[in-house]
Amino acid sequence: MTAPASSSAIPVPKAGSWPLFGWFTLAFMVFSQWYAIATSPADRDMGDLQKILYVHVPASWIMSITFALVFVYSLLYLWKGKDSYDLLAASSAEVGATFVGLTLVQGMIWGKPTWGVWWTWDARLTSTLVLFLVFVGYLALRAFIDEPQRRGQWSAAVGVLGSINVPIVWMSVRWWRTLHQMQSTPQTMDPTYRNGLLINFLAFTLLAVYLIRRRYEAAMIARAAEMTSQAAALGGH
Amino acid sequence: MTRVRQQGGDNWRRIRAIAWKDLTTERRSKAGFNAVVSLGITILVLFGFALGPDAQVLRDAAPGALWLAVLFAGVLAFNRSYQVELDTGALEPLLLYPGARWTIFTGKLLANMLFVGLLLVIVVIAGMVLFAVKVPDAWPTVIAVLALGAIGLVTLGTFYASMASRSRAREVLLPLLLFPMLVPVLLAAMQASKALIGADMMLEAGAWIKMLIAYDIIFVLATHLAFEHVIEA
Amino acid sequence: MTHPTDDVFAIEAQSIARRFGARWILRGVSLHVRPGEVVGLLGSNGCGKSTLLRMLATLLKPTAGSAAIYGHDVVTEADEVRRNIGFLAHTPGLYDDLSARENLEFAAEMLGGGHEDIDALIERVNLSHVRHERVRGFSAGMQRRLALGRLMLTKARVLLFDEPYSNLDTDGIRLMNSIISEAARDGGAALVVLHELAPAAGLLDRTVTIRDGRVADPTAALLAEAALASTAGAASTASTASTASAASAASISVVA
Repeated sequence: MTAPASSSAIPVPKAGSWPLFGWFTLAFMVFSQWYAIATSPADRDMGDLQKILYVHVPASWIMSITFALVFVYSLLYLWKGKDSYDLLAASSAEVGATFVGLTLVQGMIWGKPTWGVWWTWDARLTSTLVLFLVFVGYLALRAFIDEPQRRGQWSAAVGVLGSINVPIVWMSVRWWRTLHQMQSTPQTMDPTYRNGLLINFLAFTLLAVYLIRRRYEAAMIARAAEMTSQAAALGGH
Repeated sequence: MTRVRQQGGDNWRRIRAIAWKDLTTERRSKAGFNAVVSLGITILVLFGFALGPDAQVLRDAAPGALWLAVLFAGVLAFNRSYQVELDTGALEPLLLYPGARWTIFTGKLLANMLFVGLLLVIVVIAGMVLFAVKVPDAWPTVIAVLALGAIGLVTLGTFYASMASRSRAREVLLPLLLFPMLVPVLLAAMQASKALIGADMMLEAGAWIKMLIAYDIIFVLATHLAFEHVIEA
Repeated sequence: MTHPTDDVFAIEAQSIARRFGARWILRGVSLHVRPGEVVGLLGSNGCGKSTLLRMLATLLKPTAGSAAIYGHDVVTEADEVRRNIGFLAHTPGLYDDLSARENLEFAAEMLGGGHEDIDALIERVNLSHVRHERVRGFSAGMQRRLALGRLMLTKARVLLFDEPYSNLDTDGIRLMNSIISEAARDGGAALVVLHELAPAAGLLDRTVTIRDGRVADPTAALLAEAALASTAGAASTASTASTASAASAASISVVA
């Protein structure tokens, strides 16, 4: 009759070489931003305003990655029930919400000089805002629920449904109104811009991976600390 | 084979029992439905004030105003549907009956469909009067659009309420989760209604209707699959 | 339906544990109840009795350890477990706007059974005079009787009762006891969470005390049983003094 209530119930992930990875990512980001800005000529219509492309487009790319991660980790949690999947989904959502917020702000900064208004009900801007609100709902749900198992199950369900909805929101808003310029994908772009964009896609992906990983470590450590203090308070193992 | 049929019969009995129970308790506490309908009509009137007395503006805005009125009023119904279980701790006995638990969701879904369906009928009639909308020629298609939109609304509303009603701050959590998810339904239903009332662009309405059908199928399936995980936690 | 054999426990819990967040409510409890046994579950408020009962009833999943009802695992064979258990919670879990009879009809539908027994059951729990009245107007004791009637519809063999005597009058207590002993006699079993032993006098085969999320040491359990025996002897005086607290007071003096 041994109590399984030991503090080691949660394996705390090791930081390992992740801090090093962080420094590398920082250096790489500085380089890739410099490279992109230095090598691209000023745009014919937009001038230097075009440079925001190198943070705006990669940031919105991170949004798609994090939605996919929330979907996968939520399904894994529902299937396997392991705490780590829940916290990974949550960390991805937090990082995702941050990047979506950034994308929106950048879009507005770009929109003001381009369209003359801070906000326009353009298809991509609008659907990004809606998806941002889906993320906010997910994070609000987590904040409102104290019991971790319930929080895990519920937010996983919300995460899966929210991710399923991403393409539908995208399409419906697009149908509703399309006056955005053609999507900025590397194929439709002048090669002088393309390399700068590609290298920044990579840099931002590394950044997202780094942030999610560190956020996840912090969440696991917080949970383990909670358990240890509780075990100590009860005078258990 | 007979066992499968037996199980199907049992599931159907459970679905029917849940729907009957929800509707009976709702009917006996009449205050609920009347209040929700009154709220829906009040919202319509407020939209009328917000949009001004110009008849053409009102007519153009009618589909949007109608759907938002149904949405805001309907949200109250979804939390109520679980409140019945939570008030006296009836959810636990419900979970203890052996058999498939998705039947609980289906039963509540049917009851809420009827509830919101009635609400929709009343609000639409009120809206047509208040906003001076004529009965469109394509009225059968309009009804189909209303029904498809209601299915999407009620499916996700009933699902998210199963969580929100059992959390702190349920009044704010349900709309916060539900409204962004419903953007495609609202857009589709509003645009299709608008196109049909304008008595033109049958093609445009058709695309939106297809989207509504796809949305309904996807989320009816997804919510049924997810319900077991949500209700047990 | 499976039939119990001699070597299958009606209730079997192996180091079952549960935490809520970082708080361990139950820290590893093992418990074996044979068919035919009626076991009282004692312990102070918040010690984890109700949590244990709810895990056995499949309403909560154990964080660690396992439990089985007639050999059916409460997690992997939850549906089979639900066919065998009858769980009575603190709250009656009835629908206020349905009548007594409608509440039972609803339960019968959910169980996939017929409606033939319902009137007899209402008679048995002594609610015939209000069968068509809405539950909203019922007293707490009447609601508990009706909940008991609903439980009998399930034909459960293992009874898991959480403080079943609260709000019941003498008749109600007698009814409750007869239902528990009938279940035990028919090869079922019962695990009853109690705050005071008096109403269950003469019913319990033994008691188990939970303290700090574990089964209290056997000395305390023995003392509790001794207290139980003395209560059983003194039952005719109808003392309502809490023997459970007397037992725990005794065990504290032993530790000191």
